[in-house]
Amino acid sequence: MATEVLVPLAGNIWVVLVNVGDEVEEDDELLVIEALKMENPVYAPCDGTVSEIRVKKGDVVEDDDVLMIIEES
Amino acid sequence: MIFFENMGLLALTPGMVFMWLIGIVLIYLAITRQYEPLLLLPIGFGILITNLPLSFLMEPGEGLIWRFYHYGIEWEIIPPLIFLGLGALTDFSALLSQPRLIFLGAAAQVGVYVTFFIAYAFGFSLEEAATIGIIGGADGPTTIYLAARLAPQLLGACAVAAYSYMALVPIIMPPIMKLLTTDAERKIRMKKTRKVTAREKVFFPIIAAMVIILLVPASAPLIAMFMMGNLFRESKVVERLNETAQNSLMNIVTIFLGVSVGATMNAENFLRKEVIFIFFLGLFAFMISTASGILLAKFMNLFTSNKINPLVGAAGVSAVPMAARVVQKVGAAADKRNYLLMFAMGPNIAGVIGTVIAAGIFISILK
Repeated sequence: MATEVLVPLAGNIWVVLVNVGDEVEEDDELLVIEALKMENPVYAPCDGTVSEIRVKKGDVVEDDDVLMIIEES
Repeated sequence: MIFFENMGLLALTPGMVFMWLIGIVLIYLAITRQYEPLLLLPIGFGILITNLPLSFLMEPGEGLIWRFYHYGIEWEIIPPLIFLGLGALTDFSALLSQPRLIFLGAAAQVGVYVTFFIAYAFGFSLEEAATIGIIGGADGPTTIYLAARLAPQLLGACAVAAYSYMALVPIIMPPIMKLLTTDAERKIRMKKTRKVTAREKVFFPIIAAMVIILLVPASAPLIAMFMMGNLFRESKVVERLNETAQNSLMNIVTIFLGVSVGATMNAENFLRKEVIFIFFLGLFAFMISTASGILLAKFMNLFTSNKINPLVGAAGVSAVPMAARVVQKVGAAADKRNYLLMFAMGPNIAGVIGTVIAAGIFISILK
């Protein structure tokens, strides 16, 4: 099952910590969103494989945009 | 012989040397700990040079820094210009999408008024008590503005107290926040809010300026500049003015603000026992303000099903955006997937406006 990782708060993508194909576990840090000069990590909602990443460093993201998709294992 | 008589070294007093230490400590904290460096660094240097005797830097009518102080602060030019920049930097979306959070920013002014009465009971004059109380709003330019109007003799001490406590927000606030909330409350995730339209954001500064100034005319200098700066930002048609207000102009006036505030702190003015009281009362005001925001949020939760995480109430003290960041950190410590930052910005910005209104009320009553 594919799970979408949504933007929890609006900001800029500070760094993307995973690549397509990576195995991730629930609560792993996937990427960091910078908002108000503060780095906010976004965590994996489930175990699985990253199947798609829709953002890159520097992108401006809004609430509830899709950041990436994780294929649950 | 005349050269020797005019040498500052011989006119030194122990108080001046003590003030050097204070100046150097502030410079040290600014550089090594990065405590509000943009202000504490020039303030620290201002303290140092004003306590070098016979320089006449603060000599009324002739001193260089006196001129900065006189035309910038006494004439009430610099704090409103800072507010112009702050307005240009402020995004009101967080507030507009959850207008009920405005109350939390208002609640955080409780510390200002409580401290006002306590300082008065301690023997400060009404004007001085108001200036000390406003430290609880944790807003530097507003504190300086009010001090210049009501109690210039306390300006340096109150400004340093306000900026120090703002720098210490990450240390002062969390214990109060944890004491007044349960683990379950800290884990409350707040409902996503509606999107605010560009049109609302353009209307807001215009309407807010009119309403606030009609109600509290004495707040006009700060509110007018703040809202105009915000209109620059949200109108999207004067990007050059917007950019200048939030960067170059703000940086320029910050230089003059910092060094002049520092230079008001000469030994005879500063080394009095009242100043120690000011620091204690200011800290007290700040703590009460933090607590009252949290308590109001808990109170509001009694009447609503759409729960507010009480931590965001603590952001009602201005200190933008530091207080909101602390809320985010404390919230994430309880639940790392809880993102309170943007919710905390609502009360945080309401707190700035609340503090300005509180200052305006003091001015209109006491002047």
